[in-house]
Amino acid sequence: MSKPKVFEKPVGVKDYLPHAVSKLRTIERNVLDCMGRWGYRQILTPTIEYYDTVGVASATSDHKLFKLLNNRGTALVLRSDMTAPIARVVSSLLKDEAFPIRLSYHSNVFRTIEEEAGREAEFFQTGVELVGDASAEADAEVVALAIASLQAAGVAQFKFAMGHVGFLNGLFDEVLHGRSEDQETLKFCLLSRDYVGYRERIREWGLDAAEQQKLEGILRLRGGKEICEQALQLTGDEQTRASIEHLLEVWEALEAYGVSQHVLLDLTMIGDFSYYTGMTFEGYALELGSPVCSGGRYDNLLQQFGRPAPATGFALKTTRILDVVGDEDQEQIAVMTLNYTSQNRAQIFQEARALREAGNCVVTRYVEEDV
Amino acid sequence: MRDTLKVAMPKGRIYKQASALFREAGLPISTDFDDTRKLIIELPEANMEFIMAKPVDVPTYVEYGVADIGIVGKDVLMEENKDVYELLDLGIAPCRMSVIGLPDWKPVIHPRVATKYPNVASQYFRELGQQVDVIKLNGSIELAPLIGLADRIVDMVETGQTLRDNGLVEMEQIFSITSRLIANRVSYRMKNDAIQGLCDQLQKVIPDVSK
Repeated sequence: MSKPKVFEKPVGVKDYLPHAVSKLRTIERNVLDCMGRWGYRQILTPTIEYYDTVGVASATSDHKLFKLLNNRGTALVLRSDMTAPIARVVSSLLKDEAFPIRLSYHSNVFRTIEEEAGREAEFFQTGVELVGDASAEADAEVVALAIASLQAAGVAQFKFAMGHVGFLNGLFDEVLHGRSEDQETLKFCLLSRDYVGYRERIREWGLDAAEQQKLEGILRLRGGKEICEQALQLTGDEQTRASIEHLLEVWEALEAYGVSQHVLLDLTMIGDFSYYTGMTFEGYALELGSPVCSGGRYDNLLQQFGRPAPATGFALKTTRILDVVGDEDQEQIAVMTLNYTSQNRAQIFQEARALREAGNCVVTRYVEEDV
Repeated sequence: MRDTLKVAMPKGRIYKQASALFREAGLPISTDFDDTRKLIIELPEANMEFIMAKPVDVPTYVEYGVADIGIVGKDVLMEENKDVYELLDLGIAPCRMSVIGLPDWKPVIHPRVATKYPNVASQYFRELGQQVDVIKLNGSIELAPLIGLADRIVDMVETGQTLRDNGLVEMEQIFSITSRLIANRVSYRMKNDAIQGLCDQLQKVIPDVSK
């Protein structure tokens, strides 16, 4: 690559000018306030972490981590999400604090990106982690809080989709018992959203009609509570049934929160299988091409930091929300300018201070005295 | 009322087959547009808006969400590798991706492969455990082995007529190609009813490719 021009920045990073910053701050404040009212306390963690701890434990795939070496040659990473750092803090600094622990954050995170893909290498996330509670109630709380947070951010039209990794794991294991490679193939198809490939594989294998129908049928399992009933009829497998019943409990809790109308159940929705262990969900805003929120249950992460515990949480992609919320909430504060000379400087500064204390925005300007 | 769907349609060869399939599925889409030069076609009676795109750009429009869904060949999907839902095999515009060479081809020391599909070609040869130089060309790929730019090419084969006319042979088939219905990640949720409805309508009229 040729030498960068002086105005250029590395691909995927952005400057935020005052207008955007004030909008971003408003969103950040509203969302964090909302989380605070649900009992989540905000924490800050360092931008850099060890590769071997937080880097390895994070859900971000290895090639998407920014890696660097310190002066001793130890591998470091720029944090790619806040979940792993929070797991580290909960297992160390907060190890004597009783569960459940509710924490929130607003931070920049870093991912390497494919050139030209138009994705961001640094962006802001605002989110929560609820650690030490394995119940469906805890899952429902974070989904309900995610909805409340998007509303607090000012996103008008949005929808959430919710699934459960245990459902697919169980169903695949039931139908394709002992064929772990084929199970992985199907998961890979769903993960890469390739429904055509998914159907092709199943047809190739020459399964009996009932099994084929079972596997193909899940592509249509999207909708409300009734989906769970349909899914229960598909399977006698314990794990699969338990997953659906868990989802049903979450759904009923969401009804009690009065927010289930924003949620769509989708049993084909899968996050990263090696990371999520239960319910997973994503939030979508109209007019945005990619999700603004993602989250789910990750019960295996904390044990990597020495304090095994179930956990669930979500992150909003705050910088993306900037593109969908309007400017109407922006208060335009008028700027007052006070001129001063060397003669009346003290008096003007005092005046300016009084005005500022009264909440005004004051700029002082030195002018030459008239001779 | 259903949401209006923005559909990225591939201009040219595939468009006529795709719009015919839509009509067969019962969507009121006039044949007037088959040769149009308009870039955006409003179809209020079908609750749709067609965005007429160069086929290779269809996945990009859909990934960014400026189109909710799109129709595109599997060849483009394999090459572009975008994060979109691949919902349906429409079974139209069938052809295949193949390795092509001269009939007397023998392994060479420094293999060179010319193609319009550099990602597909690299991936294919890597999986075979072969390191080849991939040369990206934009058209008339068949020239490359004839004039010695490359010893083989990777290209789409429909009838094989161009190959025969130029004395080339199909050496390996990499994968078969048909057009696919793709959807944006967010549209697939936000406009789920409209998209699922369209899928159901289309599924009834798709030629059965599994046979």
